[in-house]
Amino acid sequence: MLRTVFVRSIAGAAVVIGVVTLMFFLIRMAPGDPALLLVGPTATQEQLTAQRRDLGLDRPVPEQYATWLSRFVRGDWGTSIASGRPVRAMISAAWPATVSLVGLSLILSYLLGILVGAIQATRGGRLDTALSVVSVTLFAVPGYWLGLMLVMVFTYWARALPAFGAAGLDADFLTGWDQIADRLRHLALPLATLTLIGVGGTARYVRGSMLDVRNAPHVAIARAKGLSSLQVSVRHVLRNALIPVLTLLGLSLPALFSGAVFIEAIFAWPGVGRIMVEAVGARDYPVIMAATAVSAMLVVLGNLLADALTAWADPRVRIAEPSEGAV
Amino acid sequence: MGVGTLLQDTRARFGLAVLAMAAIFAVIAPLVAVDPSVQRDIVATRFLAPFTTDLHGTFHLLGTDRFGRDVWARLVFGARVSLSVGVLAVLLSVVIGLAIGAAAGFWQGRVGVLLLGLTDFALALPRVVLLLLLASLWQPSAALVIIVLGLTGWMTIARLVHSEVRALAARPFVESAVALGVKGPRVLVRHILPNALTPVIVAAALGVGNAIMLEAGLSFLGLGVQPPTPSWGNLIASGRDTLVNAPWVATAPGVALVLVVVAATLLGDAVRDRLDPAGKRVSG
Repeated sequence: MLRTVFVRSIAGAAVVIGVVTLMFFLIRMAPGDPALLLVGPTATQEQLTAQRRDLGLDRPVPEQYATWLSRFVRGDWGTSIASGRPVRAMISAAWPATVSLVGLSLILSYLLGILVGAIQATRGGRLDTALSVVSVTLFAVPGYWLGLMLVMVFTYWARALPAFGAAGLDADFLTGWDQIADRLRHLALPLATLTLIGVGGTARYVRGSMLDVRNAPHVAIARAKGLSSLQVSVRHVLRNALIPVLTLLGLSLPALFSGAVFIEAIFAWPGVGRIMVEAVGARDYPVIMAATAVSAMLVVLGNLLADALTAWADPRVRIAEPSEGAV
Repeated sequence: MGVGTLLQDTRARFGLAVLAMAAIFAVIAPLVAVDPSVQRDIVATRFLAPFTTDLHGTFHLLGTDRFGRDVWARLVFGARVSLSVGVLAVLLSVVIGLAIGAAAGFWQGRVGVLLLGLTDFALALPRVVLLLLLASLWQPSAALVIIVLGLTGWMTIARLVHSEVRALAARPFVESAVALGVKGPRVLVRHILPNALTPVIVAAALGVGNAIMLEAGLSFLGLGVQPPTPSWGNLIASGRDTLVNAPWVATAPGVALVLVVVAATLLGDAVRDRLDPAGKRVSG
């Protein structure tokens, strides 16, 4: 177990390093000069050169990379070119918002998805067909569009929920329950959007997985023992069907973070995704790099967590560990 | 597998019908709508509701947007852009995925390990982050979107092809081809690949829906197809500011997008169930 965790962690670290390296060189290859954006179009050539020297952009790219990496590893993430704020402060202010949004929607969409998928696989018939139509539609809805539609209905028509930000303008004056209620009201629409999209994919997967397991020999034996159909469904079918679903959980994390980028952009949710979108527009190299590194790390950590969960749920994975064949 | 058996599946019939309809409308767009880039009168035709006729006697099935452009016309002309971007991006992914997957499965030594490592690495990249960066750092255009989507979408196909090729390489008919003196790459291209294509087709069908959705996402953020060229993504974006007084502008392209992606998904599901009797699932 420990060995696997160690190997996976090394592989994960390699992925993060690979991602940031790739991003660093891609960004430098792209046209666009942050120094020019900073000094403005009326600046003289001397001012531009001076600004580029200040930012270290006049050095060879490999040297810039080495400097950036050694500083980044030591925790010096630089300052934003666009706003002058320390990048670490920006990111550390933003990542809890992203993690809470993504984490909550992950939990909710898996719980709902497992419930819906299990109902479909056990009940079958008309209900299964109807729920299949719903889940495939949710699976196909683009998040930003669903977000807009929810804003249209709940903000503009019903005037019930706020569409922007993580807290109201008067949030600082609220205390206790009012503050929590304000937070929850702001969380409602982005969370609902991200969750609804996730439910579709999970339900589809759980349904298929349960239908596969239902015909396995051990289920026939459980039935033959005279267990009730509910017991068979929960103890013998669902439990085994959830193992591939846990693997899916790890694989779906990058997609979920990606989805969160769009959702954060729509709902002005103050997370890493929104910072990233803004930084990309402003050619804000240090911020782009830090946001990329942080999101890559979050994805890798999520994958590790999903691997650990799978190993915990499936004894075969733990036992099969020393051999190499288990892919 | 015949097309006939496939058509017994409700999902396949629905999927094919919707995709065919979208494709036909995209092809004959100039016949069913006035080219939206030709505009006569902005003021008199702004924000007309669906099913209304303007002062010039033109009927607007889906209403008009804030520049008085017919939403239906923008939708069918946008279908040309969105559908072709989706299909071309997936084609690019399929070509790359086939090459890498086949090579990794056939030369299982160091080359295979290296290519599989590359695939796993690419799979771990946050795709939308990469898309955002690539699309925003270079000048956004339809061609860039195709390249970016193609370059970030080949990994699942490579993995599928890899496992198929590995399994097929051990089969007797391949061994007999080798025994008869057929040489390396020729075995791969003539004997193995044609038998490995079916799962690729399924993955491609599912991928087209996904690619269309991502194109729309990039265009929605202003990083994809640039207005005034209509694509479903930038149509949704243009309706974003008028949600209150003209909700139809953002609703129509979204519904079209969902229909097409649902159709591609259902068709992919149906084909997979036909092809793969082992994993056959009760159809919904």
